[in-house]
Amino acid sequence: MTRKIHAHKKVFLFLSAALLLTAWLLHLADLDVIRQGALLTSTAAASIPIVSRALQAARMKLPSIELLVTIAVIGALAIGEYLESAVVTFLFLLGEYLEFRSLAKTRSALQELTDLTPLEARVIRSGDILTVPAEDIRLGEHVIVRSGEAVPADGKIVSGQAELIEAALTGESIPAFKKIGDLVYSGTLVDHGYLEVTAQQVGADTRFARMIELVEEAQESKSRAAKLLDRFAKVYTPAAVGLSILVYAWTHDPHMAVTFLVVACPGALVIGAPASGVAGIGSGARRGVLIKGGDAMDRLARTDTFVFDKTGTLTEGNPKVTDIKTFDFLNIRELLRLAACAETASEHHLGRAIVREALSQGITDLTIPADVRIFKGSGLRAVVDGRSLTVGSRERMRADRIVLSESVLRHADMREREGHTIAFAAVDGRLAGLFAIADPIRADAPEALERLRRSGIKTLIMLTGDNRHTAKRVADQLGLDEYHAELMPEDKAAFIENLKARGRSVAMAGDGINDAPSIAAANIGVAMGGGTGTALETAEIVLLADRLASLPFAYSLARATVRNIRQNLWIAVGTVLLLLIGILAGSVHLASGMLIHEASVLLVILNAARLARYGHRDNRAAQGVQ
Amino acid sequence: MMTQAIFQLEPLGCPSCIQKIETMLKRTAGVESATVLFHASKVKTVFDPKRIAADEIRTRIERLGYPVLAVRTA
Repeated sequence: MTRKIHAHKKVFLFLSAALLLTAWLLHLADLDVIRQGALLTSTAAASIPIVSRALQAARMKLPSIELLVTIAVIGALAIGEYLESAVVTFLFLLGEYLEFRSLAKTRSALQELTDLTPLEARVIRSGDILTVPAEDIRLGEHVIVRSGEAVPADGKIVSGQAELIEAALTGESIPAFKKIGDLVYSGTLVDHGYLEVTAQQVGADTRFARMIELVEEAQESKSRAAKLLDRFAKVYTPAAVGLSILVYAWTHDPHMAVTFLVVACPGALVIGAPASGVAGIGSGARRGVLIKGGDAMDRLARTDTFVFDKTGTLTEGNPKVTDIKTFDFLNIRELLRLAACAETASEHHLGRAIVREALSQGITDLTIPADVRIFKGSGLRAVVDGRSLTVGSRERMRADRIVLSESVLRHADMREREGHTIAFAAVDGRLAGLFAIADPIRADAPEALERLRRSGIKTLIMLTGDNRHTAKRVADQLGLDEYHAELMPEDKAAFIENLKARGRSVAMAGDGINDAPSIAAANIGVAMGGGTGTALETAEIVLLADRLASLPFAYSLARATVRNIRQNLWIAVGTVLLLLIGILAGSVHLASGMLIHEASVLLVILNAARLARYGHRDNRAAQGVQ
Repeated sequence: MMTQAIFQLEPLGCPSCIQKIETMLKRTAGVESATVLFHASKVKTVFDPKRIAADEIRTRIERLGYPVLAVRTA
């Protein structure tokens, strides 16, 4: 029954509108008796969905806005104000309908993303190609994706190659080329090409589905302002009823008491802040910026100091081995092979650079290292083919009592001054060689930092485990305010704690495992999307596109959202005050009060909906430059 | 063993729906927890399958006036 009533709410809305119009015509025709009848019928039509909702909530002992309106309508009918009762119920239904329509706008950004969820997949089953729903793909099954189609599951390419648009996942619209062995993700589109993919994650487990789930949860999690309002709204409704009884006791004017009841509904106040949050978070998600909740939004907006990790954040994090120097007992190839074997156990950028270099030189017979010990931020120790290996920084060598001669140190120093990072490698307790590794600054870094400054960030700081020379070069090129080099993960976290103690509001952007402590220590943590799982979980802001350019966008979006929430609060509070004064002055009546009230609710939602389009113009401008 | 089920509803309009659905489900025997994701229009429930079936929960949500479009159990 209730279900049918709500499914046909629009019918009741139309009916009451038509009857109101009839009543007005009858009034013009001086047929006032029939007019009253029309008004009563109009009230009745519009009341059906309202009263049914009110009863339903009352049965669960919950106060509801519908209940307030119902009481107000009964009151209006009791004092013979049929016009008022008809207009109020009509406006309430109309308002609800419009609110619903505009709420959809604030949700549109996420909706657009969700719509990209692939529904069907072509799989190879017992030699046949079948079309199945995407969630029915079995793990390990081969999936076929052609030009113009969406990848239906996360998996590895086993055959074919393609240009993929990963915008759904990263907000990045430039296609990425992928070939055999590369990972592809559900929700991305094959621009052109042909792929056969082994499914590794399916349905709700895909990266895309998890991201949407995160955004959904983020949209529910409330900012401080919203939480406060929620608590407020709980006492507000009963308080409004109480106050209107007081008003009646005072004035003995039932009309004023009922009016008071209707306009005191906390509509705009309750819906304003969450609507802004939803629109802002959705807007970020569409541009590849994951903001995990209104609270995170608040803290990002309050940031005055940005701290960056160097490798992988300010630099590409794709370091290349540019030079290998060996000493006496091992040749380059052998050293590279041993070091690469050990580094297969490492998640560190420099370690991965060594592995990549080995592979690119055709060294593929890498054995699995034994007894691996990873020292975060300084290197690792492992046993490869029965030989004990230490790879890492000066400090690591010192800790393992490896002797570094004067000439070795001079060579390392020279390389470092050129902007290289040095990884020393010792075999069986003796220094065997060193790797010079270079990591270029991200192309979009200078502009991103400049835009952060322009939007009001006072201090930019870089922290790195890397050597002083490399750090200085990067800091100079980017015009940073401060840099601190050769830090261990716990040093970085301590540095941030110290900044916070001095009253700074600190955001930390990083990616690797050695960033997790400092990301957690900061007021707000930002993880670059190419980063490891740990940082993605610790951070409350995730830049999925792995572009630094997303950072100023995220920051100004957060500021815009917080501004929007504040505007909505002013609109809401202002309207309520205005109405109360109006009522007491006798110039606002039931119907006009309802109209203003509904208008204020619509105004805050529409104001919030502006955020759902935030950055659109920006985007086009950026593309125009390219 | 507790089971989780997620119910996809038609777009929710009023924030008071959250309280209504959550209160109803929390008072239902066998339902351990219920959370309404207002903007995603989803209901997440954790329940004891020995005491109540996902279908029964679905019926109860629908009886409250909210048609369920899809159910996902994990």
